[in-house]
Amino acid sequence: MKIRLSYSKIGKIRFLGHLDTAHLWERAFRKAKLGVAVSAGFTPRPKLSFGLALPTAGESLVEVLDVVLDPAPSGERDIDDLAPRLSAVMPAGVVVTGAWVAGPQSIQEDVVATTWVLAIDRPAVEVQSRAAELVAAPEIWIERERKGERRHDDIRPGIFELRTDFDPSVLPADWRSEVSASALVEAVVTTSGRGVRPTELVDALFPGDEPWNVMSRVIRTHQWIERTDAPCAPFSVRARKELSHEQRIAVG
Amino acid sequence: MTSLWSRVEPLLARVRKPARYIGCEDGAIEPRHGQGKVAWLLAYPDVYEVGLPNQGLQILYEILNERPDAVAERTYAPWVDLEALMRERGIPLFSVDTHRAAGDFDVIAFNLSAELVYTNVLNMLDLGGIPVHTARREPTDPVVVVGGHAAFNPEPLADFIDAAVLGEGEEVVGEINEVVRAWKASGRTSREGLWRELARIPGVYVPCLYDVVYEGERTVSITPRFADVPATVTKRTVSDLAQWDYPRRPLAPLTEVVHDRLAVEVFRGCTRGCRFCQAGMITRPVRERPADQVRTMITRGLERTGYNEVSLTSLSTADFSGIEDVVSSIVPDPTACGAPTVSLPSLRVDAFTVGLAAKVASGRRSGLTFAPEAGTWRLRKVINKLITEADLYGAVESAFANGWSRTKLYFLTGLPTETDDDTRGIAELAAGCVAIGKKYTSRASVTVSLGGFVPKAHTPFQWFGQNGVDELQRKINLVRGAASRGVQVKWHDPRASLAEGLASRGDRRVGRVIERVWRDGGTFQEWSEFFVLDRWLDAAAAEGLPVEWFTTRHRTDDELLPWEHLSAGLHRDFLWDDWRASLDEHGLPDCRWTPCYDCGVCTGDGLEHVVASPVPPAGGSQGTGQDLALGGDVPVVVRV
Repeated sequence: MKIRLSYSKIGKIRFLGHLDTAHLWERAFRKAKLGVAVSAGFTPRPKLSFGLALPTAGESLVEVLDVVLDPAPSGERDIDDLAPRLSAVMPAGVVVTGAWVAGPQSIQEDVVATTWVLAIDRPAVEVQSRAAELVAAPEIWIERERKGERRHDDIRPGIFELRTDFDPSVLPADWRSEVSASALVEAVVTTSGRGVRPTELVDALFPGDEPWNVMSRVIRTHQWIERTDAPCAPFSVRARKELSHEQRIAVG
Repeated sequence: MTSLWSRVEPLLARVRKPARYIGCEDGAIEPRHGQGKVAWLLAYPDVYEVGLPNQGLQILYEILNERPDAVAERTYAPWVDLEALMRERGIPLFSVDTHRAAGDFDVIAFNLSAELVYTNVLNMLDLGGIPVHTARREPTDPVVVVGGHAAFNPEPLADFIDAAVLGEGEEVVGEINEVVRAWKASGRTSREGLWRELARIPGVYVPCLYDVVYEGERTVSITPRFADVPATVTKRTVSDLAQWDYPRRPLAPLTEVVHDRLAVEVFRGCTRGCRFCQAGMITRPVRERPADQVRTMITRGLERTGYNEVSLTSLSTADFSGIEDVVSSIVPDPTACGAPTVSLPSLRVDAFTVGLAAKVASGRRSGLTFAPEAGTWRLRKVINKLITEADLYGAVESAFANGWSRTKLYFLTGLPTETDDDTRGIAELAAGCVAIGKKYTSRASVTVSLGGFVPKAHTPFQWFGQNGVDELQRKINLVRGAASRGVQVKWHDPRASLAEGLASRGDRRVGRVIERVWRDGGTFQEWSEFFVLDRWLDAAAAEGLPVEWFTTRHRTDDELLPWEHLSAGLHRDFLWDDWRASLDEHGLPDCRWTPCYDCGVCTGDGLEHVVASPVPPAGGSQGTGQDLALGGDVPVVVRV
């Protein structure tokens, strides 16, 4: 039985990279005295699989991992118990928000898009107009590195939504107050292939600046799962609605 | 005291491995600062991944935080990328626990486990806004203390520290805390008053209270400036490890570090008597931890940290009387979390030890490491590493037979009396090991790791002139040239060995060289990408100090050594006689199981070995099969 866990990662702990976070989970299961099944073979590995990598310094309300427990949970009560048990052994800033029995698909296959909220340290009007310009642009070329090579890519097809007027109520109050001086941008971007990273969005919004000088914080608020084969058209509100009617990974 | 977090935070997304700077580890203690408490900043002068596992620092962190009159936080050397951003913005060195500025602490205590980190000590002080020269510090500046193995010759740092602590810190930190607390309560008047009080604590050395006179290159006298300052400072030793079951809450880092596993210290001290080994000489006598306590520390530590691997640490873990007992009692955890892996560092070279390692190894057996140290039996007698060829081959045979496919052999080169035959003997031993391995697996490989020997203070080899860069390189090339198929040779940069030699046996004047290297940008000198020997040579030349005088020159019996006023408890006569005995190729057996030859430590300190077993462990003395019960061969004449 594969259990899917969702968790948030907010605050200082955001500086812990993806691999280190994976190791942290391995230790957390042992601390919580939850056995993790291991693969067969000469070098047994714990049956844990992690979703999309969260960039170091990025925060999130919705990270996911799949785990096969051994012994398996014996009922719903056991499963409901997992979140508090694991939260208790995690460092401050990591809170397990949900646990449920996962379907056959892997997390990586399931997730097609992700929503980010970026806190940008630029005047709000400037951010609004830059965002509008990007939405109107047919192509957005940025330079990025792939396998050690610099290359130019058009990231426009990977940007589904980009807006400054959105409902911020999903964001934790603490987080909002910490970024109160910044302008917020919400972006829905593709995760397939190379994906579009928050720093690349900043690069597109304010070319030439070191992205982390422009963006003080960035938080993932949703991961989208697609159950139909409907393509996601860039910036189509319909696409988002289509995604929304499918399973939306539980938020805090 | 305020936190610098809000200024540090915006920089972290822009540096490598930012988790180095956030604290939040398992086992981190929430510091409670307050009036009347002495605030300690425990500093490790290298990067976080290297410093965090340091047991000495973890132990003191816990002991100090348990005291009602003390509070301790930790800091590590910020990597060069963050340091540059901090200097650009005027952000001082900070603690990782609560991001307080270094200057807000009462005491900064550096752990010195190596000598090339000295430039980082200066850099961290400077980054903390603390004057690097002791003489320029105001009473409001923190008290700068050093400890750890390298502190047994702190003379090169004499101008930069307030005090050095010799030996084990468990008890002495409390005594230092009392003195600093009283000094704070009295309004932190002059620093000199503090120094005088610190110098009264056994094991605490205050360099500025001594006058050192040089004639030409030589040290001619080291004299206390006041009558109540001791002429000789002797190290501190904890007599019973059973009373110190620290760390009780081991630090488990969030990010990967060099020794990423639980460490449980099974004993301190080593009387194998390897003459090159400073650790073995300065940590005597042997004090074992009761096997029951070891078991408790393992269980408790694994539970608290979530680690599934434990390393049983000491200078030679297979010598621990309770080793088989402890190892066999580590059974699979009933909660299905699996049996923890046990790693045994510092393996003795014999088949018994490999059998033990096989018993505890997990499914994957990647590599096993042995340290024969020298290529021939003759040279191994010189250095008193009494391993025969048969011992090594037996161990290697056992390793391959037990499923290991790679072995790594550690050797030193540039040892006293080493001839080219000895050096080539390294390649021959390695070839012999490969031949054994081929019987078991076609993948058999042997890696030879060569280190250039650097003589250390308080060892019988402290009088030996080390090999220069060219000679070490020549010997390395000799081994490389003689290495057969299946043998990989790796080596330590001989240039770094020269700089290490200068810092290891230097006197106070070498401090000026260290300062110049640091001012020239020479930080992280343990890291090959930052080490440049010319910086050291240029600095020494600018100070008019001949490097070869400190490094490659043999010393004589009548010479006053720069650390002569500091004692690890070893009689000078014992060390000198052992040095002469080594040149005569005489070995000296382990005094745990043979009559005392009076090195000075036990008799001088009223201590004794704490060993649970009256007989040597299976395998004999370093596996030589020497019948130690009959007294063995004690060729050294000891003058008492």
